[in-house]
Amino acid sequence: MRNAVGAVQSVLVLGGTSEIGLAVARRLVKDRAQAIVLAARDPARAEPAAEELRALGAATVEVVRFDALDFDSHPAFVDEVFDGHGDIDLVLVAWGTLGDQERLARDRRAAVQEIQTNYTGAVSALIPIVERMRVQGHGTIVLLSSVAAERARKSNFVYGSSKAGLDGFAQGLGDSLEGSGVRVMVVRPGFVRTKMTEDLDPAPLSVGADAVAHAVADGLRRGSHTVWVPAQMRVVMSVLRHLPRPLFRRLDI
Amino acid sequence: MKPESRDAVAAALADPGERGVLARGLGRSYGDAAQNAGGRVLAMAGLDAVHSLDAEAATVTVDAGVSFATLSRLLPSRGLFVPVTPGTAHVTVGGAIAADIHGKNHHRDGSFCNHVVSFELLTPAGDRLTVEPCDDLFHATAGGMGLTGVVLSATVRLLRVESACMSVDRERAGDLDDVMARMTARDDQYRYSVAWIDCLARGKTLGRSVLIRGDHARAEQVAGGGPPAFGASHLSAPPWMPPGLLRRSTVRAFNEAYYRAAPRHETGRLEPLPSFFYPLDAVRNWNRIYGPSGFLQYQLVVPDGREDVLRMSLERLSRAGCPSLLAVFKRFGPQRTGMMSFPLKGWTLTLDVPAAVPGLGGLLDGLDELVAEAGGRVYLAKDSRLGPDALAAMYPRLREWRAAREQVDPRGVMRSDLARRVGLT
Repeated sequence: MRNAVGAVQSVLVLGGTSEIGLAVARRLVKDRAQAIVLAARDPARAEPAAEELRALGAATVEVVRFDALDFDSHPAFVDEVFDGHGDIDLVLVAWGTLGDQERLARDRRAAVQEIQTNYTGAVSALIPIVERMRVQGHGTIVLLSSVAAERARKSNFVYGSSKAGLDGFAQGLGDSLEGSGVRVMVVRPGFVRTKMTEDLDPAPLSVGADAVAHAVADGLRRGSHTVWVPAQMRVVMSVLRHLPRPLFRRLDI
Repeated sequence: MKPESRDAVAAALADPGERGVLARGLGRSYGDAAQNAGGRVLAMAGLDAVHSLDAEAATVTVDAGVSFATLSRLLPSRGLFVPVTPGTAHVTVGGAIAADIHGKNHHRDGSFCNHVVSFELLTPAGDRLTVEPCDDLFHATAGGMGLTGVVLSATVRLLRVESACMSVDRERAGDLDDVMARMTARDDQYRYSVAWIDCLARGKTLGRSVLIRGDHARAEQVAGGGPPAFGASHLSAPPWMPPGLLRRSTVRAFNEAYYRAAPRHETGRLEPLPSFFYPLDAVRNWNRIYGPSGFLQYQLVVPDGREDVLRMSLERLSRAGCPSLLAVFKRFGPQRTGMMSFPLKGWTLTLDVPAAVPGLGGLLDGLDELVAEAGGRVYLAKDSRLGPDALAAMYPRLREWRAAREQVDPRGVMRSDLARRVGLT
């Protein structure tokens, strides 16, 4: 059960090799989370992280196989995790890919795969997860969206539109779950310095994965619906969102 | 669901579903003791018949849904009063048994279940048992947080009083040593004793307090007419408060004013029962003053001889600038009932803390460790954040209680969020 200061006990991390996902998991374990399930496409790659979480004090850390693109495997996967662990207090949707925009804009297959990974796969996994959480009557779903979801830009609109889809799905889902005991928290980080972005020049207001973890913990304590990382991004994106198209188009962002 | 009869309660227990059943009184627990996510919660306050009141023997038999507010209207005019009462009248007798509540008179009279002659328990298997203090099930249910079944009714031994008034003494204590010395020296002369403590005072004034002690006024004390009766409350907290109103500066100012306004020493002031026992009940929705993020309550007890833990706790809270508006300090006497009852002979400290204080989780986790190491514990009825690791250290009879619960509820019909969170069952 989530307690009054937002600490949770059992966590499912979907995207068990995601740097941000693991930073959040570390933070939750420091805040006394006891049972962690890391779900990754390649379980072997999540093992070192599992070891680290055990060393931090998690009583049980399990690594399970999960493929975001294998949609039909999702219901059985969700049942297995929930049946095997009792209540899951928090599900973190942390996987995602950020492909090269130039390539994605021309390579139909690659673009579809990015959209299916970031958006369709999340929808496919979340529907059975929400079903189980409704039955247990409590739980928090944390989704890593992006500031890119707020307004798609010419420099990354395939990624941006996938996050916009995810973000919109999550907002509506959160509102539809009002009163069920299940909550949805949308996290919109700006530029996070991770391996996903190592080939890019850091944008202004860039942060590390730990800053996202800190913001997630803070959002859990406050019961927030939306978390911007860093917090100033909310203002920045609000301005950008309202810029007229001719102006926005000319910005080099 | 709101069961309208005992049969409806029995029907609910017979069909617990996947997530179990829990009885709920008036929902005044600060945490998740009366919640059952995904399962059924039985609102018992509707079953509130007073079956018999024996003024001669000073006992009353009531449904578990009867509230202390009802009892405190019914009893004083008959020269009787509830033997133990918490700081609000909006709790039920069933809830009082489940939490084995204590009051300002614990040092003298023990906890509520100490005065329960018997209760009728509907077990998860569907049996209606009359349970008495000689039964193990009595001590598993007293303080058992509702996890052994549903209490349907109880017979309670009452206190005889000569008036509907309290005779109250107030004095100021300059620091923690001072208030403990005053309590140790003279608490035995009063039935009721409690100290309001200024949690933001630091250094030399750490633990400065206003000590409030009293007894039921004798008939001759109120012969000249008592204080004006306590009318129905018209005060109400506004529906919305700006977040962050209760910050260190405002609470410090309030605490300073409260401390200065208290008399250095005053004796024999007559007060109506409700204003002495239930001051916060006079302000409807008082909890709203904490703003939208709310607050949590932390109540700890440490055994005699471990007063150092109290000092350390106060120092840490004071250093963290944790603005606790309502901090209460009291001595407990020996505890005789309940495997999972909270009180033990020693000192208890209760704090209201705004939940928005950053770093609160870590601060209170640290206090948990101090308290557990000292052989103390925190109060489950008020808890909203304890984890399973701390529970076993704090409640040495946990294993015995689990065995008793396993016997009465092998299928795990009775469930609660509290039980899930702290791993009670």
